[in-house]
Amino acid sequence: MIYRFTCIVCPLGCSIEVEVEDGKVKDVKGCRCPRGKEWAVQEVTNPKRVVMSVVPVEGGALPTVSVKTAEPVPKEKIPELMKFLANLKLKAPVKAGETVAKWEGIKIVATRGA
Amino acid sequence: MEPFSQIPMLSYDVVVIGGGPAGMAAAVRAKELGLNVLLLDENEYLGGILPQCIHPGFGLHYYKEELTGPEFASRLARKLVELGVEYKTAARVLEIRNYSDLEKVVIFTSPSGVYQVWAKAIIYAAGARERHAFEIGIVGDRVSGIYTAGEAQTLMDIYGVLPGKEIVIVGSGDVGLIMARRFALEGAKVKAVVELMPYPGGLARNVMILRDFDIPLYLSHKVVEVRGTGRVERVKVVKVDENLNEIPGSEFWIEADTLIISAGLIPSVKKLKAIGVEIDPATGGPVVNDRLETSVPGIFVAGNSLLINDLVDYVAEQGELAAEGAKEFIEKGGIESRKWIKVEKGENVRLLVPHYLSGEGDVYLYLRVARPMEDIELRIPEIGKKMRLPVVKPAEMLRIKLKAEEIRKAEKLTVEVVKA
Repeated sequence: MIYRFTCIVCPLGCSIEVEVEDGKVKDVKGCRCPRGKEWAVQEVTNPKRVVMSVVPVEGGALPTVSVKTAEPVPKEKIPELMKFLANLKLKAPVKAGETVAKWEGIKIVATRGA
Repeated sequence: MEPFSQIPMLSYDVVVIGGGPAGMAAAVRAKELGLNVLLLDENEYLGGILPQCIHPGFGLHYYKEELTGPEFASRLARKLVELGVEYKTAARVLEIRNYSDLEKVVIFTSPSGVYQVWAKAIIYAAGARERHAFEIGIVGDRVSGIYTAGEAQTLMDIYGVLPGKEIVIVGSGDVGLIMARRFALEGAKVKAVVELMPYPGGLARNVMILRDFDIPLYLSHKVVEVRGTGRVERVKVVKVDENLNEIPGSEFWIEADTLIISAGLIPSVKKLKAIGVEIDPATGGPVVNDRLETSVPGIFVAGNSLLINDLVDYVAEQGELAAEGAKEFIEKGGIESRKWIKVEKGENVRLLVPHYLSGEGDVYLYLRVARPMEDIELRIPEIGKKMRLPVVKPAEMLRIKLKAEEIRKAEKLTVEVVKA
């Protein structure tokens, strides 16, 4: 199986090909730097994303607080995390940078206060 | 000139119009340079569009770390407050008047009434507006469920309201792609992203969103029609040829309840045009010199009012440059240059800012190419400058630094992007 990506590590945007056999990376082609290679391998073996959303807040100037995960979350777990976030409700005051919840050990941090 | 006697009068060195990243950075820098500054923003809160841009990817150059939009905005706002910069929110500028080089008036409304502010210089940082459905030739029923990407973003990420469940997005620029992700994350189905050009319009990191959420991208296609009773029910998509002409017989319909228009931004410069500021048709923003001063002396411009940027970092940088320009203007009664050097667009350069260089200091040139190219050389033949780049794309603005002594060598400069 060959996976093809445009690298996003830097603006060069290399076209990378990762060859995988029996769940193992066999070959990485097309990247011009080790960071790109590392990223491509991670994308194939364990892709992760920082997830952002908004959570309703009571008593703030705006009706929501924006949040993000303090660290990247495995991609396949994102729908589960979104369900968790959908059930969160906060009360003002919330400070930007404050941890408003924890999910499977990952901090959910407010990025916009209320 | 006599002030309008009925309207309460304020007086400052500089008025900054717009409290987004360009305006806040400008106000902060102006204050640091010892100017008496007032910042005005029509919104209820500072930050411009940043508070609704809840995704990461901001600040890598300016703060050397990756922040979300609200975080970037609150850092600048904190600095503004720490320095004691005066600002008014919910303050809408009605008119700018330019009486003389050092006598300018900004008239604005606010919850506490109408005011006239007299200032020696103005920094205009009012951002941009979004192109809407009528501007890109979409016809059909007048239904609800049609939003610009920015409107959808305000609804979702400020007010917490999901605008629809089955979405078609017009345009694959960054805002459209980022909204595609937000819709998909919040449980809406993004049925298509439709892009007129044969290549995606956004940064590579945002194009990746489509793969993350299995969203179909239709390149060389356009949405031409919307149908529905009361609400969007379906949209008609047509394939286009290499000259962007519709291919007859290629039409198909996509069922959707929401159409999102992400078809580009246009600098908001109406109030500048009204006082005779010269506009560059390529950028849609003012013609400026290297201090970001417009053709009207003492009126400076920064951020998306100057040209559409893809990175907030450059927007904030432009705000600072404009503030430094304003300082020089006020101190010396004008922007000085022994001779003005015109910068011209050569091969594969679609737009370029600034248009005139004083040669009195180092300069950043911001430019965009017209079409993607690989393995190129960016050249300025008049001064023998050459830069090799592996790849250039219209979606990614180029920024190059020129040294004052390089600039001064020439009578004019031509920037071209050619095959190496």
